[in-house]
Amino acid sequence: MIISNYQHHQSAHCENGTVSNLLNFHKLELSEPMVFGIGSGLFFSYMPFLKLNGMPGTSYRILPGEIFKRLTKRLNIKVKTEKFSDKKKAMDELDRALDKGLPIGMLTSVFYLPYLPKAFRFHFNAHNIVVFGKQNGNYLVSDPVMDNPTEISYEDLMRARFAKGVMPPKGRMYYPVEVPTPTEKEMKIAIVKGINKTTSDMLTIPVPFFGLWGVRYLAKNLRTWDKKLGEKQAGLYLGNQIRMQEEIGTGGAGFRFIFAAFLQEANDIMRQDLFNEASAEMTIAGDRWREFAYLAGKVCKGRATSDITYPLLADILLDCADKEEKVFKKLKNLKA
Amino acid sequence: MEKEQVPQDDENLLEGKFAVVKYALDKNGKYVKVPSVGWEPENVALKQAWEVINEKVETARKRVLSGEVSPLAYWIEKNMMDEKLVGDYMGFSKWKVKEHLNPKVFSALPEDVLKKYSEVFKITVEELTKIA
Repeated sequence: MIISNYQHHQSAHCENGTVSNLLNFHKLELSEPMVFGIGSGLFFSYMPFLKLNGMPGTSYRILPGEIFKRLTKRLNIKVKTEKFSDKKKAMDELDRALDKGLPIGMLTSVFYLPYLPKAFRFHFNAHNIVVFGKQNGNYLVSDPVMDNPTEISYEDLMRARFAKGVMPPKGRMYYPVEVPTPTEKEMKIAIVKGINKTTSDMLTIPVPFFGLWGVRYLAKNLRTWDKKLGEKQAGLYLGNQIRMQEEIGTGGAGFRFIFAAFLQEANDIMRQDLFNEASAEMTIAGDRWREFAYLAGKVCKGRATSDITYPLLADILLDCADKEEKVFKKLKNLKA
Repeated sequence: MEKEQVPQDDENLLEGKFAVVKYALDKNGKYVKVPSVGWEPENVALKQAWEVINEKVETARKRVLSGEVSPLAYWIEKNMMDEKLVGDYMGFSKWKVKEHLNPKVFSALPEDVLKKYSEVFKITVEELTKIA
């Protein structure tokens, strides 16, 4: 059983990618950046009191699953989502859906996906993939971070769908059941809603951990990491920061380039130069984030010259926040 | 970032399996998807994370060999787990897993419990009980 008209497209981030691929199958062509932008994926959070593997919890995007939720709501797409307590039943349900000719999105643990390179296989339980067929007992997998579809055995897929730990996937699977074609007006409204949510998330959440306040809070803490934690631990904290910003499944420069790509595409629909201007400015902010990671990497490796210091890295972060603030203020209170 | 700036710092972390995608500007200033086989700071950070894990595994291995803890300690580190997560898979509390870290308690475990542990780590019972 192979759903032959399913098309695999590679993406920078797994959730955008599965959603975009599933919608394309249902005749709604939406690129990864459009999914990300309308789904208000861009975010920043820094919660040092919430430790993951001993490292401060930090993220460059909203919570897993939220992009999908927000996007489908904004485009009036009806989705069927199921979770299971019984493993066998979860696999049977998947088979039944495939028999109906439906590609299925699901949550898996990266640790239990043998086809991924070993260096990336940590216990991360919110990796999205699409299964689009079954052949000789193996499932056909469209993993959006890979350039080509691959296969996985029944046992391995079941394991990945029922990993335990933080945010256990519990066999979750999802697929669109009703995908209306949006009119141009509806697209415009969805884009504006998506951006408005992002600007308010980034500018106005009144606690210091989120949005641009979060970036500035990180800068403040990071400034003295080496003094407070010692070189070694400070280096590990920096490394964690880079991984969250760049690693597979999160997309380069903390998603800033994907957001800029979205603004560019939105410009074609909205036909207001404002979007292209904001896109160009977001690209500059993204480049600054890249510079941060580049220099932080040198510090991690112990190859930094004496002028690359923690205060310097903190200053770059503050500059990132300032640059982004301009973009979000420009995009604030849009009307469709 | 421009297309030409998309980093191609290959350190074989992707094992040649595929290239990831990054968004960058083409010469007309339009965003396009560009494949990348890796980026230096990301490689550094990733290798650093694995060094920490490997150190923990090595420490556990030594403690097992010296008879201080049971082989379970090694496999927990090797799988980047902790007692809580292993307990979740086994269907009992982390305290019980901690008891099993005692070599004496571990060596008296019934076959079916050992089998279940070995399934959690995807190894054989023999591999579970003998650490070299």
